[in-house]
Amino acid sequence: MITERNGQRMTVAAPVYAVARFVLVVGVTFLGLLALTFFIGRVVPIDPVLAVVGDRATDAQYEAARIAMGLDRPLIVQFADYVTDVLRGDLGMSVSTNRPVAEDLARVFPATLEMATLGILIGVSLGVPAGVLAAAHQGRWIDQVIRVFALLGYSVPAFWLGLVGLAIFYAGLGWVSGPGRVAIFYEGLVPTVTGLLVIDSIIARDWDVLRSALSHLVLPATILGVFSLAYIARMTRSFMLDQLSQEYVTTARVKGVPEWRVIWVHAFGAIRVPLITVIGLSYAGLLEGSVMIETVFSWPGIGNYLTTALFNADMNAVLGATLVIGAVFIIINKVSDVLYTLLDPRSR
Amino acid sequence: MRAWLLDESPASRRQAAAGRAYRVTLDLLHNPLTVLGGLIILALILTAMFAPWIAPESPVGQNLSNRLLPPSADHWMGTDELGRDIFSRVVYGARITLLIVALVAVIAAPVGLIVGAVSGYFGGWADRVLMGITDIFLSMPKLILALAFAAALGPGIENAIIAIAITTWPPYARIARAETLTLRNSEFIAATRLLGASHTRLIASHILPLCSSSMIIRVTLDMAGIILTAAGLGFLGLGAQPPLPEWGAMISRGRSFILDQWWVATMPGFAIIVVSLGFCFLGDGLRDVLDPKSARKS
Repeated sequence: MITERNGQRMTVAAPVYAVARFVLVVGVTFLGLLALTFFIGRVVPIDPVLAVVGDRATDAQYEAARIAMGLDRPLIVQFADYVTDVLRGDLGMSVSTNRPVAEDLARVFPATLEMATLGILIGVSLGVPAGVLAAAHQGRWIDQVIRVFALLGYSVPAFWLGLVGLAIFYAGLGWVSGPGRVAIFYEGLVPTVTGLLVIDSIIARDWDVLRSALSHLVLPATILGVFSLAYIARMTRSFMLDQLSQEYVTTARVKGVPEWRVIWVHAFGAIRVPLITVIGLSYAGLLEGSVMIETVFSWPGIGNYLTTALFNADMNAVLGATLVIGAVFIIINKVSDVLYTLLDPRSR
Repeated sequence: MRAWLLDESPASRRQAAAGRAYRVTLDLLHNPLTVLGGLIILALILTAMFAPWIAPESPVGQNLSNRLLPPSADHWMGTDELGRDIFSRVVYGARITLLIVALVAVIAAPVGLIVGAVSGYFGGWADRVLMGITDIFLSMPKLILALAFAAALGPGIENAIIAIAITTWPPYARIARAETLTLRNSEFIAATRLLGASHTRLIASHILPLCSSSMIIRVTLDMAGIILTAAGLGFLGLGAQPPLPEWGAMISRGRSFILDQWWVATMPGFAIIVVSLGFCFLGDGLRDVLDPKSARKS
């Protein structure tokens, strides 16, 4: 009886416990992220005050700036203030745009989201079949081709591929539009609803803007997709190989199940759950990878904002962007972990 | 000689070590991609060593009458906007790439090893704190973190190396910890402890050496990523500064000419790809040979 009651209590408490644990883990990781950005902003620079006032400031000006920045107080107090500010959504002012960093980030983030989402769609729709194909033909030429292609994805600099893509498909063949998000005369034509230009132009039924937006989006998104494709294909292949060597696959084959069914229904069905984690990870990776691509394509997203801020020594903006990308990255990571445990009956 | 190397019952430690090295080499030579990777890395090292003899021109000498010439017999990769021979610059760039890769490995690998070994060996609070820090670093986007560090430290090749090393060590700590956990309770460690060996001695001379093969694999596989990050920092102007012929910075210079003088930006990119691929091939091969457990997993 006791064990039964315990068992019952366990089933009620388990989800609560899991949620509490999730919140705790995310909270601690987020605090760690804040500690890192704080450290980078206040501790690493030789002299953060000098970076603000410039080297021609008098001693009095310097001292005033130091006190205004709160740098005369103990580090731990400064950190506590920083955490409170961030939690309140205050990331400081950007020196270059003269607006609050949080506002700037909210404005540029949808552009990145749009590009990364199309990128991951491309990566998944090509990478998963490629990985399955490679596993089904293990050791044959098609496997080797996919393997080399996947390794290329780890070896080609994203910014270089972006430049070469522009030279070939924009300047050479004229298939796509050049840098930027939409042709300049279409800018601001459709009202902002979601911030995703493709969806906004569909809502406004402005097909010219949609066409221009898509032709600007397709090249950077495809290049981003190629990088996620490499990782997704590699992981799919290794998951599939694990499954194809299991006994239930042999049983299915012996029973006379057609090979395509063995691969796509039996084996593929078993790898869907781990694949979700992989796709989540590569989605997070794309948000990061978009920094380089956006710089090359002058795409007005968070990556471009970050690199522009780097050139202007606008540390508030740099740290704000780092914080947001880091936070999104952490959340996607942890959510895909949780999804994994929820969907995989064995880990319950 | 061959029989001596492949002897199943080696008579001395030296023979056993030589025999193992010989077998590993044989296995490595078996895979054509691994051999190709090894040759590429060898070529990189030789190019870096003998750059002054290989490069036809100086990497920094300007010659404005030869601006932006397309690739030809005289200038294999063309010339850039200051009339410098791009091939010569790529050759000298091998030195910078090798320097970055080597220094990052020399800084990050030992840090990760020690953190992981200490964490796994002592367990308890040390483990929780150290692995907590490692996990926080692991769950950050590496490139962004490196960018932010490089931005705070200021542009320059040394700072780029430090920034990359800071973001590279956590996976090494994880690996070293996992290996240490499997070793910690083994009998030979208990025996050595009974002989009176100190914790430092146990970790340094009995645990760390056994973590080395998985570390070598992981570091080799990470090399491509390190090269790409370094080139990315160079491209954004945070890495090596002009006139240093760093490949990423060279691509960045060629960006303005990409539509008409494609070779300025394209050529250094090929160098990056070839070298990164070389490390990937070699790393894959090393893993297949040294760590057969996970060989199937790629």
